[in-house]
Amino acid sequence: MADVIADPDSAGAQRVSGGGTLGPGPEPQLGKAVASISPWQEAWRRFKRHRLAYWSLWVLGFMVLAVLLGPLFYKVGINDVDFQSRLAGPSLKHPMGTDDLGRDILARVLYGGRISLAVGLAAMLMAISVGVLIGAVAGMARGWVDAVLMWVTDLFLSLPQLPLLLLLIFLFREPLKQAFGLELGIFILIVAVIGGFRWMPVARLVRAQFFSLREKEFVEAARALGASTPRQVVRHILPNSLGPVIVAATIDVAAAIIAESTLSFLGLGFPPDIPTWGRILYDGRDYMDLAVHWAMFPGLAIFLTVLTINFIGDGLRDALDPRRVL
Amino acid sequence: MLNYIVRRLLIALPSLLGISIVLFTVLALAPGDPFEELATNPNVPAEVRMMLRQQFGLDDPVWQRYVRWLMSMLQGDWGFSFQSRVNVDQLILQRLPTTIVVIGLSQVLAILIALPVGVLAAVKPYSWFDRIASTIAFIGFSLPTFFTGIVFILFFSIYLGWFPFVYRSDISSTGWQFFWDHFKQSIMPITVLALFQAASMMRYVRSAVLDVIRLDYVTTARSKGLTERTVINKHVVRNALIPVVTLVALQMPAVFGGAIVTEQIFRVPGIGSLLIDAILRNDTPVIMAVTFVLSCLVILFNLLADVIYGWLDPRISYG
Repeated sequence: MADVIADPDSAGAQRVSGGGTLGPGPEPQLGKAVASISPWQEAWRRFKRHRLAYWSLWVLGFMVLAVLLGPLFYKVGINDVDFQSRLAGPSLKHPMGTDDLGRDILARVLYGGRISLAVGLAAMLMAISVGVLIGAVAGMARGWVDAVLMWVTDLFLSLPQLPLLLLLIFLFREPLKQAFGLELGIFILIVAVIGGFRWMPVARLVRAQFFSLREKEFVEAARALGASTPRQVVRHILPNSLGPVIVAATIDVAAAIIAESTLSFLGLGFPPDIPTWGRILYDGRDYMDLAVHWAMFPGLAIFLTVLTINFIGDGLRDALDPRRVL
Repeated sequence: MLNYIVRRLLIALPSLLGISIVLFTVLALAPGDPFEELATNPNVPAEVRMMLRQQFGLDDPVWQRYVRWLMSMLQGDWGFSFQSRVNVDQLILQRLPTTIVVIGLSQVLAILIALPVGVLAAVKPYSWFDRIASTIAFIGFSLPTFFTGIVFILFFSIYLGWFPFVYRSDISSTGWQFFWDHFKQSIMPITVLALFQAASMMRYVRSAVLDVIRLDYVTTARSKGLTERTVINKHVVRNALIPVVTLVALQMPAVFGGAIVTEQIFRVPGIGSLLIDAILRNDTPVIMAVTFVLSCLVILFNLLADVIYGWLDPRISYG
């Protein structure tokens, strides 16, 4: 089943580059003019028509580049203390101002962005992998396996997530810190916990898709030709159920970033000396009357990232739904 | 109807049991000993410590501890807070009403905002109103509650000075002034939570109305010569509300999550801040009980949604 897990990610990477084919795609042969466009090119054409999503892609792309490459050009340390300019507002020297120890907030926001984005992507990959695996097994096996898996899914859906998240992080923080070191241990814990609580919608989605797709004629044809069950799944059913999964994956990145910031904001995320966006916001909130910029810039960074990701998800939903006329 | 409710209750029981097992397993697997403090205290001899451990049954096998814990949970004996030296059920009963009031009022406010906006947006899809409302809704649920809360405090408490930004439970005034003060300090937490809810709710309402408005019976109602207002209010909205009810109930875990954050920002003395305090102080019985109470509330709301769903939708039979 390892192929099943790896598949959506590689296909997701393909769609960003606009190339690749979808196997026996959902698009019927409509004539020569249409047949020359691959499904991914068609999706990209439809995506561009959602103007907010298209512009969000540019804004998000710029932010990702800034976070990745910014520290190479903006050489101010995140822990450079400068008591001369404590709580200074935005200026040429410190574009986003400084905090109570005179540390540069732009440098800290850029550093925190890497962590937030990494947590978002890793948690999304985990949630999608678990969700696709459970959904696919339930959808193919049916019977009692399906019943048990769906019971577990429903159980997870009715768990109060944030309290359990807090509980798990509090309880398992120390052992993981000892096992993997401070930063990596907390990273693994947060990703596992966020990912472990977000797979349920994907599992239900994939299961429903499998239920309808496995009865379709092209899958029946493959079965009649003697394709094994794994081949039917990997080659025929899974690629055709990818659209909604990609949309869910996009939204999950945003949700994971919010979850990570919330944990940091409640003081249960990364340790205080690692400036994630939520943590900077949390530190800055006590100085709101003196230094508004301290809390505002990381807050705006979270907001912009989440907003653009949500818009992109909305655009993908329109672009990847073949029934929708655009 | 009664039959249906009883059957739903019976389905809810295994989930409740499942949740209790999940909770207990997490706690049993985790390190951290409530008697750690006693162990490091040189004034407490080892024999006393062993006695205490035996008395509280900490050395028994896991399943025995689980059964004992579940039995006492069911009998309403939720243990004793290690930190505040009060019975856990009393502690929770003190805090729960505040949380319920805040969540309840914010849900009401969210519905009051989301319902008219969602219906208006769906009646004229892709109009200017729809575009603006949908964009604002997107912005609304992309704003995490902790950021909205901070912006609210900054604007309404610091710049305008309208509302206090810390919730106080020891208000000295009496009579109407007492209610007014409570109302004033509750406005911001309730609004922050309500806006977040209203944003996603508005999208649900919009898509539900869009699904219904294309159906044939709506055309029939129009061709009978009913006014547009009657068609929308009596025929469309009523049926569109059915899926919205379930979606709102499924949102409840997220609402409780949002309530924990808002309580923390505005320092509202509710069950959420109790949970955070208990976690920071390693107060196991309180953590356990609060999480359990929250789970029960979530399941209760799901049950309620099912019952309302059955009542609203005549296609569901209770047989």
